[in-house]
Amino acid sequence: MMTATAQQTGATVMTNVEAVRSTLHDALVRDDRVLIMGEDVGARGNVFLITKGFLEEFGAERIIDTPLAEASIVGVAIGMAMEGLRPIAEIQFADFIYPAFNQIVGEAAKTRYRSNGDYTCPMVIRTPYGGGVRGALSHSVSIEALFYHVPGLTILAPSTPADIKGLLNAAIECPDPVLFLEHKKTYRSVKGEVPSGYYTIPIGKADVKKTGTQVTVVSYGYNLHQALDAANRLEAEGISVEVIDLRSIRPMDKTTILASVRKTRKLLIIHEDNKFGGIGAEISAMVAEEALFDLDAPIRRLCGPDVPAMGYALTLEEEFMTSTEQMVDAMRDLARF
Amino acid sequence: MAKTTTAHGHELDRAGLSDDQLVAMLRNMLLQRQLDNRGFQLNRQGKIPFALGSEGHEAVQAGAAMAFARGRDVLVPYYRDLGLALGVGMTPFEILSSLFARDTDRNGGRQFPNHYTNKDLGVASISSIIAGHCTHAVGIAAAFKYRRESGRAVISPTGEGATSQGEWHESVNYAAVHELPVVFLVENNEWAISTPQSMQMKVANVADKAAGYGIPGVVCDGFSPIATYRAMHEALERARSGGGPSIVEAKCYRYLSHSTDDDDRTYRSRDDIEAHRKLDPVPRFEAVLIDAGVLDAAAAKALRQDVLRETNEATDAAEAQAYPTPQSLYTNVVAGDYRPWQEFDS
Ligand SMILES: Cc1ncc(C[n+]2csc(CCOP(=O)(O)OP(=O)(O)O)c2C)c(N)n1
Ligand SMILES: [Mg+2]
Repeated sequence: MMTATAQQTGATVMTNVEAVRSTLHDALVRDDRVLIMGEDVGARGNVFLITKGFLEEFGAERIIDTPLAEASIVGVAIGMAMEGLRPIAEIQFADFIYPAFNQIVGEAAKTRYRSNGDYTCPMVIRTPYGGGVRGALSHSVSIEALFYHVPGLTILAPSTPADIKGLLNAAIECPDPVLFLEHKKTYRSVKGEVPSGYYTIPIGKADVKKTGTQVTVVSYGYNLHQALDAANRLEAEGISVEVIDLRSIRPMDKTTILASVRKTRKLLIIHEDNKFGGIGAEISAMVAEEALFDLDAPIRRLCGPDVPAMGYALTLEEEFMTSTEQMVDAMRDLARF
Repeated sequence: MAKTTTAHGHELDRAGLSDDQLVAMLRNMLLQRQLDNRGFQLNRQGKIPFALGSEGHEAVQAGAAMAFARGRDVLVPYYRDLGLALGVGMTPFEILSSLFARDTDRNGGRQFPNHYTNKDLGVASISSIIAGHCTHAVGIAAAFKYRRESGRAVISPTGEGATSQGEWHESVNYAAVHELPVVFLVENNEWAISTPQSMQMKVANVADKAAGYGIPGVVCDGFSPIATYRAMHEALERARSGGGPSIVEAKCYRYLSHSTDDDDRTYRSRDDIEAHRKLDPVPRFEAVLIDAGVLDAAAAKALRQDVLRETNEATDAAEAQAYPTPQSLYTNVVAGDYRPWQEFDS
């Protein structure tokens, strides 16, 4: 669907899921080293229909329905990458990535290092993550904290269609393994303009999605969109909040975070993944190390609670997910601190 | 199978191998044995922290390496594949650089000994995680098939204990479903550290598992390089010509402790080892070749001396090399200058 303005600027309005799909499609057209492999990516076209029609267009050699076994989905992709292909392995839901943990952490992340550069592993592992979709315990998890401890891995979690395109292209170009996280609640609920033509966004660069002066919010994923809503609501109260979209979790953008924190002197970190040992802990530590005396208030974090997962019942899911109201309150408290 | 009547009147079933190839296999086996001993010696002398031997696997590896097509095939070895590494072209100096963890080691002294890498020769880098690399072997084979590079195959060796791993199963299954050019060589030495085969699997042969994947599985005499060569050659040729994967199980034995850090007296009887010593593939193959008139006793002796000389020279040369610099710890994490916290000019 093209809007009038989009047509003028050479952009297309699309949802996040459409951005993933069209970026994958263009990559397949552009580079015959690119293959897609995973469970039900062929005839079914992926459970979210991301690869629908790809099998017909690109054939079973490039759109590979694998056996139902995650370690080999990732492991076989590693071998392909070592041999010069550019595989994009799909884990159907992030919750099912655990059987592939060894391949990602023990193998892919260390291929370049352990061979001192003799072998490399240029591959992408895409997976839908996150909750708020009644996915219950095992179709809702966030996995970034389990992996962001691992040198050698790149972890991306863009939240808008334009960022998805630019960062997925960057991931495919990346000469090292990339874990590409797609928040499934944003798949169809988030829409935006996507510039036409090929482009990449630098890995490791955050984006200031809203400028402000009194509070810095660092977030990503579905929470980012709630944070933007909350910040916009607070404008009416005369409270000015800056919202940084991290986009890249490993590596992370120190420059953008510190510049913002030094300006606003207040920091709120919001993520859906559990608070304890989460991404927010690393950001807090970095800001404490680099900018403690620039702060006018203790750092605050709004994160998933310390329970194994969100429940299936709506009450349990809602209790787990941070609400926009909670974000508004936290931002207001910090601004007034 | 063509048989040669030798000058001594004994028939040697040589599986089509020339005299030069037979002697090359013997040399490989002698070199393996020499380098193995050297690793253990250097460890006992306190010069290196760790070594691991393939003693008892010499025939398997010399035979499998002879079936490897240099410049085309890829080997994704496991940590007990010294003879395969040598047989596909790695040098004693490379092996000793790895044992001494010197700068000249292609891994930069990062990995344990026996975890080689040599992309130019088609030797893939592995971790120590048992069977983790089998999936990579399958991926490399998948790349060959995707690019329609027929005539190329991958050797994916493991021990028999490794076949209990889920990743080994997933690898064989994936390769079978997608009919990929890979041969799963199982070097069955009866032990996985202290755990005997009977505690790993209910079947008598790993090759029996092939039926569960719908692919060929054969058992061969891993004390005979010719028998292993024949089995591997057949499996690799099938793979190279689009016939899909197979399992080749070579029955051999591990004469030494698992590694210099293990003491097999705690779990294995000396009688068991002595019984297997009678099958020792290295003197046996030398005798077979002498008996068949492929080489004479003097030539065999010269070969042994040559291998010892080569090992000594490589030992001295490797020991004289520098250690990797401490700063090299930080390189090759990812491409380029690596920092988890990115800084930009704002
Ligand atoms: C995943 C994993 N678990 C355990 C180990 C420790 N380990 C190293 S070798 C070994 C035994 C392997 O036996 P087998 O596969 O038969 O090979 P062999 O050493 O006999 O050649 C074990 C348990 C490991 N390296 N990786
Ligand atoms: Mg064993």
